[in-house]
Amino acid sequence: MNSALLVNIARFMLLLAAQILIFNNMNLFGYINPYPYILFIILYPVNGNKTGLLLASFLLGFILDMFCNSGGVHAIACLMLAYYRPYIFKFSFGLSYEYQTVKLNDVLTPERFSFLLIAVVLHHFTLFLLEIFRITFLLEILLKTVLSTLFTLLVSVIIIYIIKPSKR
Amino acid sequence: MQQIFIFIFKNSYRLLFLLLLVVSFVFTVQSHSYHRSQVIGSANFLSGGVYAEINSVSEYLSLKKQNEELAQENARLKSIIFNEKDTTALPKLDSVKGVRAADIIVSKVIHNSYNVYENYLTINSGELAGVKPDMGVINSAGIIGIIDKTSKNYATIISILNVKSAINAKIKKSNHFGSLVWNGKSTGFVQLIDVPRLASVRKGDTIVTGGQSVIFPENIGIGTIEKIYIDNKTNYYTLDVKLFNDMTNLGHVYILKSKDREEILNLEKKEDE
Repeated sequence: MNSALLVNIARFMLLLAAQILIFNNMNLFGYINPYPYILFIILYPVNGNKTGLLLASFLLGFILDMFCNSGGVHAIACLMLAYYRPYIFKFSFGLSYEYQTVKLNDVLTPERFSFLLIAVVLHHFTLFLLEIFRITFLLEILLKTVLSTLFTLLVSVIIIYIIKPSKR
Repeated sequence: MQQIFIFIFKNSYRLLFLLLLVVSFVFTVQSHSYHRSQVIGSANFLSGGVYAEINSVSEYLSLKKQNEELAQENARLKSIIFNEKDTTALPKLDSVKGVRAADIIVSKVIHNSYNVYENYLTINSGELAGVKPDMGVINSAGIIGIIDKTSKNYATIISILNVKSAINAKIKKSNHFGSLVWNGKSTGFVQLIDVPRLASVRKGDTIVTGGQSVIFPENIGIGTIEKIYIDNKTNYYTLDVKLFNDMTNLGHVYILKSKDREEILNLEKKEDE
């Protein structure tokens, strides 16, 4: 129990630091950034404390908003992802996902990939919709969502493979 | 009463979600509104401090370019001085007021942003250095933006690359005014809108700040005209302006402290009443 908590706190800090220091400054093609900090919400234990996840997600988004001068858009996107996470689990892994031990940070199977994809798209679409906040820019919102999703997925899969737990 | 408590207890998770959602939605809407921009900006001791630390490392990477820019600016200023009659005399103070019209606070951009529609920069001087909201910010090449929020040691700037920013500007040659906005497309170009059709505009003409606001003095460089077209709705000219500044790479900036500002603002307030 305690070690899980520590792992989560470490993940929170490290992903936040990496996002602010590295990934926010990538600016691929001038404006595309990956957002792999949401791995914290994605990799949070399936049977972990739900309220804790909600509060931690809010805090994660809120801190990032402070650094990005973006009001509350990251906070909303993170909250949405944290709240709808169980539904995405149900969709990707079937109804009985709570009884199987779903482990995300392992070899990439179609189920795991579909979970990752839906989670990232949900987060990014909410994020860019609220960040741009003008319906006349709908095309830009969609374009940004698609490009950033691809980039985030790539970076996330690499991170998952790198920090895979050593004991198999 | 009891049923209310049961309801709250049963739905505590959902209610917490909704509460947090409403809180962050309020922050988002406020950050998008024109008058009151960000509630929580990066001009606080935590994010400002982190950005200052990062910048103290990363600034070494651009030292060469910064040096070249400073040398060029020095050369330009020297050439102005050497063309004066008396090269040793300091610039005269305004004999009527006894003070210069504008003062300059030097500062450094510690966090730059140009990849979203509402871009803010963070600089490393704040109230202690005399920085106040609504002061103009320029660098050696041209204008950068307007101070938005300040804290003790840091301040945020609304960049000209922010769809919310609107700055009074004019065509240098003909003195026709327009307002400078950004359409969110390219970091190298801003738009000068509402230029009357009477104005004679040509590609390559210089755009400078107009003297109609207290934020910027007149005739600070902005850019040159790149493209001219007529807005279908308003029948005014819209000009694409190529910026003198490279907004993606900013170092030292100057904050303009206008001596007359308070006086003008007070006067305008009285007019309103």
